[in-house]
Amino acid sequence: MMARLEPRGRPPRWLSPLLTVTAVAVALVIGAIVLALVGGDPVKSYLHIVKAAFGDVGVLSDTLVKATPLILTGLACALAFRMRLWNIGAEGQFLLGAWGASFVILGLGLPEGTPAIILIPAMMLAGALAGAVWGIVPGLLRARLGVNEIITTLMLNYVALAWVQFWVFGPWSEGGFQQTATFPKEAWLPRLTDFGKEIPLFSGLTTHLGMMFALIATAIVWFAVSRTRWGYEMRLIGDNARAARYAGIDIRRYIVVVFAISGALAGLAGMSEVAGSVHRLQDRISPGYGFTAIIIAFLAHLGPWRVVVASILFGALILAGREIQPSGVPAMIQGIILFCLIVADVFTRYRLVIARRAAATT
Amino acid sequence: MIDFTLVLAAGVASGTILLFAAVGEIFAERAGVLNLGVEGMMLMGAVAGFSVAASTGNPWVGVIVAMLAGAALSLIHAVVAIHLRAEQVISGLALTFLGTGLARVLGDGLSKAGAIETLPRITVPLLSQIPVLGPILFREQSILTYVGFVLVPVAWYWIDRTRPGLNLRAVGERPAAADAQGIDVIRVRYAYVIVGGLLAGLAGATITLAISPGWFGDQTVGGRGWIAVGLVIFAQWSPIRAAIGAYLFGAIFRFIIDIQGVKTIFGFENPFQAGRSATFFLEMLPYLFVIVVVIIGSREALRRRVGAPAALGIPYVRGERGA
Repeated sequence: MMARLEPRGRPPRWLSPLLTVTAVAVALVIGAIVLALVGGDPVKSYLHIVKAAFGDVGVLSDTLVKATPLILTGLACALAFRMRLWNIGAEGQFLLGAWGASFVILGLGLPEGTPAIILIPAMMLAGALAGAVWGIVPGLLRARLGVNEIITTLMLNYVALAWVQFWVFGPWSEGGFQQTATFPKEAWLPRLTDFGKEIPLFSGLTTHLGMMFALIATAIVWFAVSRTRWGYEMRLIGDNARAARYAGIDIRRYIVVVFAISGALAGLAGMSEVAGSVHRLQDRISPGYGFTAIIIAFLAHLGPWRVVVASILFGALILAGREIQPSGVPAMIQGIILFCLIVADVFTRYRLVIARRAAATT
Repeated sequence: MIDFTLVLAAGVASGTILLFAAVGEIFAERAGVLNLGVEGMMLMGAVAGFSVAASTGNPWVGVIVAMLAGAALSLIHAVVAIHLRAEQVISGLALTFLGTGLARVLGDGLSKAGAIETLPRITVPLLSQIPVLGPILFREQSILTYVGFVLVPVAWYWIDRTRPGLNLRAVGERPAAADAQGIDVIRVRYAYVIVGGLLAGLAGATITLAISPGWFGDQTVGGRGWIAVGLVIFAQWSPIRAAIGAYLFGAIFRFIIDIQGVKTIFGFENPFQAGRSATFFLEMLPYLFVIVVVIIGSREALRRRVGAPAALGIPYVRGERGA
């Protein structure tokens, strides 16, 4: 007896979603086993995640708050990955976006009482721009000099963190703490709870306007990638760069543009996080959104709407996982999920053939 | 003032960490398998080595277990990348996530473990008396630093001058031709991915058992696995160039620490004193330097028309691709 992998022709439509769900389930089982081995209580931990993330409207709203930056960074990764550009730098682009938005409040010297209608668009622009710049650098290096983007984007993450740390420890530090002063109310994105007076159901809910940004961005990315000529050419580059080159497509330009958009999406995530949730800049503003985004993009098979679904699941893991001990559990489960997804993906493309040795040798 | 002999000596010591990781990655990539999980494997090595050394009191046992832990993780990548033919970039990233998470789970509470017995430091008689180089290379260095000195020429000789090394290069450049020659491509790839894991685990143990003992969560490795991956590109997949790069980076890391203790530079007040916010610009340096170094490596690769092994990142399936 021996086992081989044979390419499938066209897999049935139900196969890929089924394998994806199976992969996540298997990952959770493996995670539980590891957790039990190191002396944890997996059943309690998992029940806790479900209850602390979906238990009632309040925590569900908190889950959506965590999902918001994940959707935007997840889109950033999914878009770049579609062209087989490995942008591992969403984390740094997120941080730069958060910094850019904060710069509007703390660095421009706008008069006190500047209305939200000016502040919030300015912060969005600054955040997206800062993120885009952080994406364009590796994009240009890759397009012009052939420099491996995995390394550059990763290194820029560390540079971005040090950059933010410089500002929050130095010029913008509030009383020596590692954070800035709280932003004025005009710079806060409206939250559901702000409408609590009119709609009692909303009182206490922290979901903010960033969720709308995320959903609108999802719609735009979906339309651009699957319904426009631009998206068609981009996908062609991703699927077969050589064919795209023969078709006369300017691949270098696409690389820079896709990196810029990818960075801008991640930057907008950073803006949405400081303006919608944290209301100040801190160095520990991200629990690794930009890295989780990589797994989300992969779990979603790079589909924009599926990024939203995956982000809510991972938002739950991040939200509820904060209280689970030991603290590395959510990160470990994320790694296991990604491995199981990779294996599931293999079985979407190949079928496992178990044959008798005699039949297999030709 | 900064004693540059000490900076360079300490640079050689902490460069050893990068050296092991980079040489390990060179072996794997020379066989055609890209393993981006170095950071995760180093963290597993670091935590396994430290906790075993803390509980047994014997750092050597820690080193062995650290190497095995790195190898165990690399085996996952080997199965997924070689047998299952998955995208190696994603699999390597998954390995880093897994290694980081697992190391944090296993390292829970280890930060309070206190002092452990570290590996011995040795001053080599005679050699340490050589002017300039002696005190830098051979005085009070950890025994692992000397292992690094030996590893570099051995790795170079193995890859460039031996029969198994020739097979290794064949598998990485033209796997179909290697297969036709009767070389077991799959087995060679497995072997060198595992060698990469062993060395990454050793690199992790070098941190926690020799250079800067202690467990500080994922900050213990702090991106040095990724720096090692960048170094491989700069090194053009040559162990000797990797060694030069590793020691250089080690010196930079050390210089960043030392300059923070200096009051004045050329008569001006030092803006980078410990506690000042400007020190964060110093912290950017190694990472910016990696970018510069990778640009240099890429330019050179374009100019000299050499570069990554031709089959790097491509799974081998007999008869599928005529590479």
